[in-house]
Amino acid sequence: MSFELPKLAYAYNALEPYIDAMTMEIHHTKHHAAYTNNLNNAIKDSENENKSIEEILKNISKYPMVVRNNGGGYYNHNVFWEIMSPNGGGEPKGDLLQAILKDFGSFEKFKESFNNAAATRFGSGWAWLVNQNGKLVISSTPNQDNPLMDVAEIKGTPILAIDVWEHAYYLKYQNRRPEYINAFWNVIDWNLVAKRFV
Amino acid sequence: MIFELPNLPYASDALEPMISKKTLEFHHDKHHAAYVTNLNNLVKGSKFEEADLETIIKYADGGIFNNGAQVWNHTFYFEQFGKDKIHMLKNGAFSDAVYRDFGSLDIFKDKFSNASKTLFGSGWTWLVKKPDGTLDIVQTSNAANPMRDGLKPILTCDVWEHAYYIDYQNKRADYIENFWKIIDWAVIAKRY
Ligand SMILES: [Fe+2]
Ligand SMILES: [Fe+2]
Repeated sequence: MSFELPKLAYAYNALEPYIDAMTMEIHHTKHHAAYTNNLNNAIKDSENENKSIEEILKNISKYPMVVRNNGGGYYNHNVFWEIMSPNGGGEPKGDLLQAILKDFGSFEKFKESFNNAAATRFGSGWAWLVNQNGKLVISSTPNQDNPLMDVAEIKGTPILAIDVWEHAYYLKYQNRRPEYINAFWNVIDWNLVAKRFV
Repeated sequence: MIFELPNLPYASDALEPMISKKTLEFHHDKHHAAYVTNLNNLVKGSKFEEADLETIIKYADGGIFNNGAQVWNHTFYFEQFGKDKIHMLKNGAFSDAVYRDFGSLDIFKDKFSNASKTLFGSGWTWLVKKPDGTLDIVQTSNAANPMRDGLKPILTCDVWEHAYYIDYQNKRADYIENFWKIIDWAVIAKRY
């Protein structure tokens, strides 16, 4: 079995004007595709071929860096595409909203703390909303690491992700990462995030 | 001390088409400038208030290190380019060292290019002079600078995506290939 680059559930221009079509297309067809190919090449003809990506990531300290980098890159972008849609924006409802209120006090405080994690990640990386058996926490990871990895400082299941590699925003926002982070809230589809919160 | 943003040693369109005016303007006027501003804000009231950049690179951590090293790294990076008055590598102590330690200039360039292509995430590739006088190639992540490890930087390539994304997008290899066309070897030899 090899990993496949997922198709997006929306068109490349569907997240305009918050994320532009060209960025989406290069991000998906070049960056994400390269992580997928590199991951497949790295695990080809080994026992890992039949493992799930989650299984690999949970034991990532036993793998070479090429698997950590590309396996992370493969999985992280899957999550990123999955939780965005043209019907995004607003606030979550139901259990997810209750959990956010319980663990952060208010949606605004949660937002502020997530934005801060995304803005202050120095260099390339990701910011996350992480589910730790019902408790929600925010984290950020360098490069293509993620909270599923056994090497992560804050472990759990990521339910919301923002890519803060410069390739995620440079064509439209250049050095203005905070503008990109603010725009991201308009394309978060909370129904899709809620599906990951189980 | 108060740190200042050095001017680019050439016009912002001088490196076209290898590095575009737009890239250079963002890179210098926004990124490099922000590191200077952040550093000045961070050192205020800290134990590094009177320190120079080399001291910060050797001993600071966290935000002061990141911004201080990035100020130094970018100044060093911008100073090594020149398009019109570019000098080829001349015979001398530096070219002798390149041939001695790598075999030829082309072999060195291949190895340096390869190190630049394979650096994962944001960072810098360096040609360094070791304490014993020999040359080596090292990769550093994010802001890290080889002076921290007692190595003397001779040449560097910025492989943060902001250095090439406007011009080359995901094609970092093309940026690195063109990078060689604007290196002023007189500057590099002098650093050695
Ligand atoms: Fe990405
Ligand atoms: Fe840079």
